[in-house]
Amino acid sequence: MTARTQLRIIVAALLIIGFGVAAFKHFQLGFPVWPGERETVWTAEAKVSFEAKGEPVQVRMSLPSSTNSLLVLDQGTAGHGFGYYVEKGQGYGRTGVWEARDPEGAHSVYHRARIYRGGSRPDVFADLGAPEVPEPPVFDDSESAPADALLAEAHAYSANAKGLAIQLSQMIWSKQPSQSVNVLLGEDPSTRRKNAMITRLLHAAAVPTVSVRGMFLDQSDSTSSLSELLAVWSEEDWVVIDPKTGEADLPDLFLPWQIGSQSLFEVEGAEESEIRFSVTSDELAASKVALNYGSYRGAYLIDFSIFSLPVESQNAFKTLLLIPIGALVVVVLRNLVGLQTSGTFMPILIAMVFVQTELVTGLILFVVVVSIGLFIRSYLTSLNLLLVPRIAAVLIVVISLYIFLSVIGFKIGITQALSVTFFPMVIISWTIERMSVLAEEEGLKDVLLQGGGSLLTAVIAYLFMTNRHIEFWTFEFPELLLVVLAVILLIGQYTGYRLNELWRFEPLAKEK
Amino acid sequence: MFSIASPRQLKRAGIVGMNRRNVELIARNNPRHLYPLVDDKLRTKQLAQDHGLDAPALIGVVRQTGQIRELQDFLKPHAQFVIKPARGSGGKGILVVAGRDGSKYVKPSGGLIGFDLVSRHINNILSGLFSLGGKPDVAMIESMIDFDPVFEGYTFEGVPDIRVIVYKGFPLMAMTRLSTSASDGKANLHQGAVGVGLDIATGKALRAVQNGAPVSTHPDTGADLAGIAVPDWPAVILLAARCQVASGLGYLGADIVLDRKAGPQVLELNARPGLAIQVANGQGMAWRLDAVEELIAGNGAPQGPAERAEWAMQHFTGPAGGVAKE
Repeated sequence: MTARTQLRIIVAALLIIGFGVAAFKHFQLGFPVWPGERETVWTAEAKVSFEAKGEPVQVRMSLPSSTNSLLVLDQGTAGHGFGYYVEKGQGYGRTGVWEARDPEGAHSVYHRARIYRGGSRPDVFADLGAPEVPEPPVFDDSESAPADALLAEAHAYSANAKGLAIQLSQMIWSKQPSQSVNVLLGEDPSTRRKNAMITRLLHAAAVPTVSVRGMFLDQSDSTSSLSELLAVWSEEDWVVIDPKTGEADLPDLFLPWQIGSQSLFEVEGAEESEIRFSVTSDELAASKVALNYGSYRGAYLIDFSIFSLPVESQNAFKTLLLIPIGALVVVVLRNLVGLQTSGTFMPILIAMVFVQTELVTGLILFVVVVSIGLFIRSYLTSLNLLLVPRIAAVLIVVISLYIFLSVIGFKIGITQALSVTFFPMVIISWTIERMSVLAEEEGLKDVLLQGGGSLLTAVIAYLFMTNRHIEFWTFEFPELLLVVLAVILLIGQYTGYRLNELWRFEPLAKEK
Repeated sequence: MFSIASPRQLKRAGIVGMNRRNVELIARNNPRHLYPLVDDKLRTKQLAQDHGLDAPALIGVVRQTGQIRELQDFLKPHAQFVIKPARGSGGKGILVVAGRDGSKYVKPSGGLIGFDLVSRHINNILSGLFSLGGKPDVAMIESMIDFDPVFEGYTFEGVPDIRVIVYKGFPLMAMTRLSTSASDGKANLHQGAVGVGLDIATGKALRAVQNGAPVSTHPDTGADLAGIAVPDWPAVILLAARCQVASGLGYLGADIVLDRKAGPQVLELNARPGLAIQVANGQGMAWRLDAVEELIAGNGAPQGPAERAEWAMQHFTGPAGGVAKE
């Protein structure tokens, strides 16, 4: 296999892996392609407060469950002086339990959860399993006739349990309720009473029905109460119905908190207990959401990525990952354009300084420091110093210049001059040394050419490295590094002309 | 003034670009371990001696500062000599002594210098003042070339040498570089020296350029550049071809000067010769590279340097640029 074929295979593999992983992260894990895409995330909190009287206290509270459209991640619980554990309920739901031996006075315990869009559980009600046929409820004399009438009508206009439940809901919740409904519920009935009546009627028709209480995240204010839905066993499946609207299926943004007979909360050993719910929504960067979501699902790609590192190290990588972009710019400008630079990668280092100092300040400081440095270095030449002492002398001159510029700049009110310290001293010293040698050997024209080329390269690299999109892509999709590598490898085998050769050799092309 | 050729036009003209030079010519033909042979002039000198290539004789080497003290006595028998750094670049740090005036040394310009200046110069060489990257160096003292007068009137100061590019043993292209006042006496084309393309077959001037533009007379002396004809040309070409055998480099630039009595002498070898020679010749070198490749691919390619030099002189000729087909 020739070097060229090998290179092609490597390049193809790099491109496939780089783009492939990026595509996987985008399509499967939801990493956004563009920076600044945001997604809504909710924080739901339930707080139970009570008055303890020195007796053992046990607080039980049902906890919200994930659905097929919402993912619930517990964020924290609190209850000062209380022990806490989670109990798996009988087949469904979870219960948080707080206990303390002898608390006194006003106490509160709370549970907080983060809720993301895009749940993974097939259905929370699958856990409920097949129910037993409910005991037929007892209707008293005044109720039995209207109840029968309602059931008969609903039965006629439905084909299965689901339809029956919807029909009953529509009748009970109708704006102009029929005579039978009025008799059953009386004047101005509460929501609770209406839903309880639907459940009773369904039980009378031997349809297993449980109540599902939870929150509509999109309708909740900061403090809110729970809404009630009904889960109906229909044709081997639980179907959720919103009795108020008569709509079937679990709404996307409904967060179930309590299912069936499970109690919402119980407090033993204390008085005046009450529960309060609150929901706040906030907008999070979509990439952050994807990250939390991905690590919950245990995606190895995230487990073994930069994102698993501590935040400070992540920030270091944020800068490191931009260097390949600078390298690519240098490669393109040198090998495709034919620009001369002093020192191969010196422009990248200068570009990174520009990132910290801002472009114009950085440019001015660089030119000032290098010019004065060159001037002083040209005097050192006449002293005929050995190499290392010479560089060391230049280094001290450079540091003195930093101090001088900072102090003078600060005194006359140019605080930007202080950022001169961002320039790496050793690199600047070597640049001065090399340019001074260049000036002696090849003349000032070459110094300007190479110095200008270096600065131009640094500026272009700076523009790329500070580009919001590039910064975002390199950090969120570090696998694109492989794509950069592939491009650089390709350029490494490029044997065509450089841009500057098009005019360098132009006379030869035109002659014939 | 600022006109541009299309890549296709360059390709048709057979121009080799920097990228192709670096990848196809240098990286493929010049193994790295051979570089020290040509980057260190002391080793080049040794190489020349081993292979019997004509080169200025080595008088002595100064490796340590302490040796400078003995130097004055050592130099007594030599009226004329050249001191140069073994790893110098771009002709820097070369001190020529053309004669004696009592205890003083006479420079070619007529200026007189004392031994203290000579000793300081050597000190500078040893400390790496002139070497690439500032590495410590050694100073070579070699005999002075007695230049053939053929180039008289063609240069402003400086010494004209003949650069021959040799590809896989076949001399490919040649030129001579004439220093000018604009180039500050340096034979560097991109600083404004005049490059004169030389016909591989005859050693006669093909055309001359300065800063990329054709010129017909030397800008300082006014000499007619078309009149240049290098004497003893077959010997120059043969010496270049032999340099390839000695160094093993597949893409080689041999810098050759003409001594009045001793004929062509190798001054130095270059493992990364530039592409300006194409401009000086007014033609690209791609066709000639192809012709050599074609010859090697078929059987019966000449093996010895003499045969290769002869083949090149027969085939690579004329300003019409291409390869003379049989």
